[in-house]
Amino acid sequence: MATVKLRDVRKSYGDVEVIKGVDIDIEDGEFVVFVGPSGCGKSTLLRMIAGLEDITDGTLEIDGARMNDLEPSKRGIAMVFQSYAIFPHMTVRENVAFGLTINKVSKAEKAEKVAEAARILQMEHLLERRPSELSGGQRQRVAIGRAIVRDPKVFLFDEPLSNLDAALRMDMRMEIGKLHQDLGASMIYVTHDQVEAMTLADKIVVLKDGQVMQSGAPMELYHEPANLFVAGFLGAPSMNFLKVTVDDFGDDWVQVSSAALASVKVPRKGRPFSTGQEATLGIRPQYLAAAAEGEGMLKGNVVLTERLGSETVVNMAVSDGSNCIASIAEDAVLIPGNEMSWTFDPALAHVFPEQVK
Amino acid sequence: MASKLTTSNRAGWGFALPGFGLIMLFIVIPFFFAFYLSLTNQRLISPNPTEFVGLSNYDRLLSISVLTIEPEVDDTGAVVRDDAGNAQYPRVRTFTRNNPDYSQYAGMREWFRWHWGETAKVVVATDVVFWKSLRNTLMFVLVVAPVQAGLALCLALLINQRLRGINVYRAIYFMPVVVSIVVVSLLFRFIYDGNDGLLNNVLGFVTFGTFEGRDWLGSENTALGAIMGMSIWQAVGFHMVIWLSGLQTISPTLYEASSIEGASKFQTFRYVTWPGLRNTAVLILIVITMQAFALFAQIDVMTRGGPLDSTTTIVFQAVERGYGKQDISGGSAISVVLFLLVLSISLIQRYLTRER
Repeated sequence: MATVKLRDVRKSYGDVEVIKGVDIDIEDGEFVVFVGPSGCGKSTLLRMIAGLEDITDGTLEIDGARMNDLEPSKRGIAMVFQSYAIFPHMTVRENVAFGLTINKVSKAEKAEKVAEAARILQMEHLLERRPSELSGGQRQRVAIGRAIVRDPKVFLFDEPLSNLDAALRMDMRMEIGKLHQDLGASMIYVTHDQVEAMTLADKIVVLKDGQVMQSGAPMELYHEPANLFVAGFLGAPSMNFLKVTVDDFGDDWVQVSSAALASVKVPRKGRPFSTGQEATLGIRPQYLAAAAEGEGMLKGNVVLTERLGSETVVNMAVSDGSNCIASIAEDAVLIPGNEMSWTFDPALAHVFPEQVK
Repeated sequence: MASKLTTSNRAGWGFALPGFGLIMLFIVIPFFFAFYLSLTNQRLISPNPTEFVGLSNYDRLLSISVLTIEPEVDDTGAVVRDDAGNAQYPRVRTFTRNNPDYSQYAGMREWFRWHWGETAKVVVATDVVFWKSLRNTLMFVLVVAPVQAGLALCLALLINQRLRGINVYRAIYFMPVVVSIVVVSLLFRFIYDGNDGLLNNVLGFVTFGTFEGRDWLGSENTALGAIMGMSIWQAVGFHMVIWLSGLQTISPTLYEASSIEGASKFQTFRYVTWPGLRNTAVLILIVITMQAFALFAQIDVMTRGGPLDSTTTIVFQAVERGYGKQDISGGSAISVVLFLLVLSISLIQRYLTRER
């Protein structure tokens, strides 16, 4: 078990800088998820921690020791790849034991460790099979087994569930969560799927263009996004953004309005504003509620409804031309084209000085 | 869009006809012709009608046996010896020519012999040249197949990396493949030349003149080896490219996984690269074997089978018989034997390298 510390870590390919100074602290036994859109550098960062990519600048420490120039095998890490990376010509047992075979561990110890990993992953019955006889989920389990046998300080997962179908992904997600509970090891997990991030993480690191946008506990990021990007990235359906003008502001409040929106006072959260500037108001779809005729703060025409049973997702066109999504916690039948009024609790809304593109 | 031309059955056959016809004319029909002609006494040009002779061509080609000869003894029963003390043996032709007691050896000639105490065992065959060509061809295959495949793999591993200018090396190694084997053979005749050949010069230079030049292609001991060396050099680039394509099908994440596990270079090769090259290896082995069996052009240009039949090969013999001696049926029989030989070796290789 170990701590991982990244200090001003950078990576360049020639003149192109892809990781632009990242600082991350990972506590002992913490489950950290790197999340971000494709091309944000999250996989590169993970591969730099693993030692598969060079670190151009900055320091990487595992358990207080500098790791920058160490071989991957000497860093005390184990990695699970998106494409499983299990050896097709070996049986499951040989695959799981690969690291032990390489390091010439005795037969008895090998058998014991493989049995232990197989027990944890409930795949004792698969040990003599070849990878070609396994399903995707089983293959990923073999890859995780190979990681467990290494007894690493830090587990690294590079989008391990992306090649699985939806139902299997959910099962495996839970298993990985349980594995973390059982082993208590530090784990770093890369994904572009925010559901995986929200459900698994102790701490989420949101990355964009090689920079950390925000890091913190999932609910902290959900309720208190630091910027427009994080606000829009986490949560499904994603947060509604409305173009507004700042009318007035005080120490802890900002009053905003727009053509489509009646004037509202929302928490300022210490962000800089000036009167009359363009800003963005963010409201989560779940916080929008239907209002009685003529009482709402926001008016919109229903464009489309998606009835999911437990909730109804309403897509509407707001009068200033933008789109808005409301998620109602019950099954409702709404007629497309109808104008509806909506209300929300201003205390739950966010206002950002940046503007949506 | 499907035009009438691409959907019409007749047009399809029409397009296929030229290629199909040529393949039939030059590959399929001659193949069956060889079987048929090998059972006749057909000659290239002959006023006599063709006769069906059954398997006698094969009989003549393949008959081989071991003749045991006791040393000559004098009247007292002692072995006759020459001045150096070696036992004297009756001449082989006393058994194989007009000797009704040994009619099974009639017409045979000595290939080689070895001694068993004072007894000489003489291997005699009706067609000694054919047996020599068979031995030379097998030697060639046994040396060239593993050496060429191994060398090509080494080159492929060397050039399968991202380095500036690596394509220059790929081009250099591949270059001999593009040059016609006939041209290469002519060039190597100069290189191997006994008087002032390049090889003799180079060897003389690096040994500070202590190496005495030799006629590489003119000596029984070196001729086949010289041709092997040249053949390996010429085609190694081709097999290198096949290995390279095999190497590039191996997923890079497998290498990453093994580096995380701490595998050394050799362990990575043993556990990741080599198993990943399995199918490529089977292909290369079979292709090289078949090419090596077909050895002809180098022989024809460089030695014409000599000296003393030390470089003659099966295909060279087939051509030499069929056209040089106008014995089409004999040449055909050799071709058929070669076909069966290559077929069975390929089947054995496939069986040995099958997926288990």
